[in-house]
Amino acid sequence: MTQSVIDIRNISVGFTGKSGATLPVLRNIDLSVAEGESIGIVGESGSGKSTLALAAMGYLKRGLRLLDGSVVFRGQDMFSRTRPELEKIRGGELALIPQNSGQSLTPTLRIGAQLIEALRLHSSVPASDHVAKATELLGQVRLPDPKAIMSRFPHELSGGQQQRVALAMALAGEPHALLLDEPTTGLDVTTQAHILELLRDIARERGMAMVYVSHDLGAIARVCNRVVVMYAGEVILKGTTRQVLKAPVHPYARGLLASIPRLADHHLPVALDGRPPAPGGAGNGCSFVDRCALAQDRCRSERPDLAGLPSGELVRCFFYEQAEQLALAGNGAVPIQIAADGVPALQLDDLSISYHQPGLLDKFLGRSEAHVATVDDIDVTVQRGETLGLVGESGSGKSTILKSVAGLLPPAGGNITVAGGEALAPNVESRPPDHLRRIQMIFQNPDDSLNPRHTVAELLEQPLRLYFGLAGQALHDRSVEILDRVRLGGHYLDRLPSQLSGGEKQRIAIARAFAADPDLVLCDEVTSALDVSVQAAVLDLLNELKEKQGTTYVFVSHDLAVVKALSDRVAVLYQGRLCEVGPSDQVYATPSHPYTEVLLGAVLEPDPDTAPTLAADDVVELSPPAQGCPFQRRCPRKIGAICDTEIPPWHEGSDGHAIRCHLGIDELAAVQATQAAE
Amino acid sequence: MTSIPSVPNQNTRLARFLLVLRDVMARPSGAIGLALVFAHLILALISPMIVPYDYKAMNSAMMLTGPEATHWLGTDHLGRDVFTRVLLGGREALLVTGIATPIAVTWGGFVGIFFGLVGGRIDEVMMRVVDAFLSLPWILKMLVLIVTFGTGIEVLIPTLAFFYGVPVIRIARAATHDVVARDFVSAARARGHGRMTIIRRELLPNVLDTLMVEGAMRWSWMLLAFSSLSFLGFGVSPPTPDWGLMIADARGFMSFAPWGVLGPVIALSSLIIGINLTADALAKALGIDRAQKAPV
Repeated sequence: MTQSVIDIRNISVGFTGKSGATLPVLRNIDLSVAEGESIGIVGESGSGKSTLALAAMGYLKRGLRLLDGSVVFRGQDMFSRTRPELEKIRGGELALIPQNSGQSLTPTLRIGAQLIEALRLHSSVPASDHVAKATELLGQVRLPDPKAIMSRFPHELSGGQQQRVALAMALAGEPHALLLDEPTTGLDVTTQAHILELLRDIARERGMAMVYVSHDLGAIARVCNRVVVMYAGEVILKGTTRQVLKAPVHPYARGLLASIPRLADHHLPVALDGRPPAPGGAGNGCSFVDRCALAQDRCRSERPDLAGLPSGELVRCFFYEQAEQLALAGNGAVPIQIAADGVPALQLDDLSISYHQPGLLDKFLGRSEAHVATVDDIDVTVQRGETLGLVGESGSGKSTILKSVAGLLPPAGGNITVAGGEALAPNVESRPPDHLRRIQMIFQNPDDSLNPRHTVAELLEQPLRLYFGLAGQALHDRSVEILDRVRLGGHYLDRLPSQLSGGEKQRIAIARAFAADPDLVLCDEVTSALDVSVQAAVLDLLNELKEKQGTTYVFVSHDLAVVKALSDRVAVLYQGRLCEVGPSDQVYATPSHPYTEVLLGAVLEPDPDTAPTLAADDVVELSPPAQGCPFQRRCPRKIGAICDTEIPPWHEGSDGHAIRCHLGIDELAAVQATQAAE
Repeated sequence: MTSIPSVPNQNTRLARFLLVLRDVMARPSGAIGLALVFAHLILALISPMIVPYDYKAMNSAMMLTGPEATHWLGTDHLGRDVFTRVLLGGREALLVTGIATPIAVTWGGFVGIFFGLVGGRIDEVMMRVVDAFLSLPWILKMLVLIVTFGTGIEVLIPTLAFFYGVPVIRIARAATHDVVARDFVSAARARGHGRMTIIRRELLPNVLDTLMVEGAMRWSWMLLAFSSLSFLGFGVSPPTPDWGLMIADARGFMSFAPWGVLGPVIALSSLIIGINLTADALAKALGIDRAQKAPV
């Protein structure tokens, strides 16, 4: 056994609650990370995973304090070091890469200067070699043209590039261990896949220990040898990545895996009902007891120990032997498909949207600078009762299209028509009330879309009063009815959003949209701000409402598996232009357009036996090319000059499947087959 | 990690008000501040009934006498009882500023929220006008108006309300900008609510806290302004007792009869300090970081 680099011994961390009692955030955690080993810490928000990673650096957030235990990093007790001693270790031998590195880079300093500072403080490299070493590090994190990057400012780099710079800075101190706190959350799928490959390779080359904190089991599956599953501040399961992700022996881990939507699924993910106990709320028993299908009396009165199994796993459950009965996947609800009656619920004709606004001076001088529209040339029809998924990376214009349909952003050109062939006015202010009622939008983050000063009753009252003129008892009855429909209930009426959980808040946002009795519901990343187990419940609810109300959805998400779970048809966007439209089963099973292929190939499944295919670079351009195919710069199937000069035509396949490429669907299939054969 | 809140019995406006009030009183600054403000308000109400002397009764035999058993704060240059005049001296100031402050906060707040919501070029132009206005010294602007229209209450109230509403525009606009960017405002627009409904239902409840704290601050500054005007002879006319006026009258004798100045100064500053302490505690109770707000 190799020597352990980080040794966390029985630590407990807590804070003083309002009542004066000490509430634990971490309870009796043991963890040791050996040289060259990478350990994944997974759990939902509030499980204490980030607190644990920071504690490994001897750092606790304000208000938290160490109750028990110690952290030893290479023979040094981190919590008894002085500040200057810790400053030497942190950023040097032990480096942290946070979620959003863009925020941890100094905005006013060039990348080169920041890297050199890291070298000066944390490495033995002589000052004369700093520039060369910095350039070398940027090359090692696979940034194109490291010399040019040296003189850039952080804001000139994309999110993925910033994350690479953060990694280069961490490597400057030649660390023995890297702590990564959700390092790829918020990045595009293709970028994420590239960064994870990079991390894997670097850790392997240097024999570094890694602690990788993430809620994303797909990312963990890619980089980690061992996985620790946390729940309510406790370790509940620990084993190799294969053991934990393939055949977990703890009921929570099984529930968590079942709640993750996968590309190959033909059913919705299974929701894990309930929510974890608040700090100090776990009682004497098992912290998972309230949500556990295997719970018995003993689980309520006695806290299970972390027991070692012959297989080497550690599990905190009395009945782990029965856990295998619980499904890992499978019996989720089937997505509702309403027979489309051929009536278009929403039609976008040649829609283009631009954020560019001519300046006053330009207007005055009559100058019209040629600029490229953010979203251009969108032709899509959504049938009544159909769910159209819009997918694409950040900046692909998916949310922009929704905003335009909702009237919040007037299009620069083209038409939007709703059922009955009625054209929608470009501005929400000039739309008749009936149009407003028929189209409702649900936003990404309920913390932002629900007014924090309104109670649930007041939130629901707005559409009901506005569209139906309800008041008094009728208003109250209708509100309760709507709450029942989203599986909440009348007792929620008096609550404020801050008194609800994330999932409950999003249900209220959904309830508010459905209170208008809409024909068309626009869902903008509605599950992105939620934990996976909650996400599954929200997807289930949307599915159920579709069955009851016959609603048409336009569902936008960057998460391809989530879109797959609900959509009948899917439209793939790249830089504001459509690439591929078709039935989702067909598009996901046999992606034709090169971009769809790249995008789907980069998706990470929570399975250590699958690997993403990285067919194209993840270089991000800020704007689409002025002419030719929008995907020309990254396309692995580029055929020649025609791609650079001519906008590709639509090629139609069966069932309304269509792609926009200079190669036809069959030609692309042939190219894919040849490549697979090689 | 957040704890799950217990199910509340009521989330009414009253419940919230009481909660905030309790929080303010639990802070030392809030407790002292509120006590000072309330003491002043009560004194202003009952002082005519409890004063020991007639405030305008002159006594040529007892001019500028020092504090003693019969005249606790001595007498002024006309032999009037200083204690009596100090007790009565805040009534006019409190009346004028008590009416002018809510008017200032209301109109300034409304205009600020409106331009914060509308945004764009109109907003830019409007703010430059506000900046230009604020760059002139207030006392000059105010004197121009008062000299033109006279010094009665009917002029002072609208003048103060107008001048002290202008900086509120900026505060309200800045607070509105933070709120307008949030999705619930977009959601309200997408539902088709009108501008006034959005201001009233979505923006106002989220800007109100800032406006309340701002209102308290404006009140203390307005009191100071009112007293300054009186001091310069443009506020309350004699013989009505007023702190500013009393300070002006007594300052010539400060070297040998300091009580004439000290009485009104202590009264005025205790009120202003009380208001400021309350505003501070209120800002903390409401979670508003005043340091981050635009300096005016």
